[in-house]
Amino acid sequence: MIGGLALYLTMSVMRTAIFSAKFEYLDEMREFAGQAAQDAGLSVEQVYAVKLAVDEACTNIIEHAYGVEIGGDIECTCMADRTCIKIILRDHGKQFDPTLAPDPDLTLELENRPIGGLGVFLMKTLMDEIHYEALGESGNLLTMVKCRGKAK
Amino acid sequence: MEITKQEFKHCDLIAVKGRVDSFTASQLAEAFEASHKNNQFKIVLDMQDLNYMSSAGFRALLVAQRTCKRYNRGEVILSSVPKQIKESFELTGFTPLFKFFDNTTEAVGSF
Repeated sequence: MIGGLALYLTMSVMRTAIFSAKFEYLDEMREFAGQAAQDAGLSVEQVYAVKLAVDEACTNIIEHAYGVEIGGDIECTCMADRTCIKIILRDHGKQFDPTLAPDPDLTLELENRPIGGLGVFLMKTLMDEIHYEALGESGNLLTMVKCRGKAK
Repeated sequence: MEITKQEFKHCDLIAVKGRVDSFTASQLAEAFEASHKNNQFKIVLDMQDLNYMSSAGFRALLVAQRTCKRYNRGEVILSSVPKQIKESFELTGFTPLFKFFDNTTEAVGSF
């Protein structure tokens, strides 16, 4: 019996783009991340989830790290292998940890529903993992992961 | 994103096409506000050609629904919500806040 040789071929692709931190570029940010998710073999629903999560994360960076009037840059890196996509968002704004936001109470009736908090909640729910890291003097690093195999 | 409006005797029919996010959501909010200024609080929102909606859009819907339902003068009814966006309604817990119809004829007729 001849022993078998297992050969693992791991291919991972990394793409980085820098976006101006303005709402008018949310579409481009979504497309960039969505394309990477598609190339990683995620399903149609999962690609939508990635686009939505990136949108919500970038919206928070624009609103809280930079300020809508001020702007700045958002650096987006997408790393995909055969099972997962990892998206890293880096900015140079004020330190702001979106993972600290409490989940909104979704059982409240119409009049008492909170207006805020939905975006971060969506981001956390749609992605498999989210990690936040404050960067040195200023800036934030947000890492989000979504994997093919999971049901979400 | 494109918004069109048809005014009927009993309600306004607003159709939203394309993508609603933090850049475009204010246009949707303005469409609702224009109806309110005209004293129209019974509104059907046709979402058939809506491809994408973020929390900014949900927020606009929440505000509009509150205004319409206040004093029992009307409500926002949703028609032809695409599957992906209906899932977002589920995730955000927004499903119980609205009535859903499969087409605008039924939705408009329900007022």
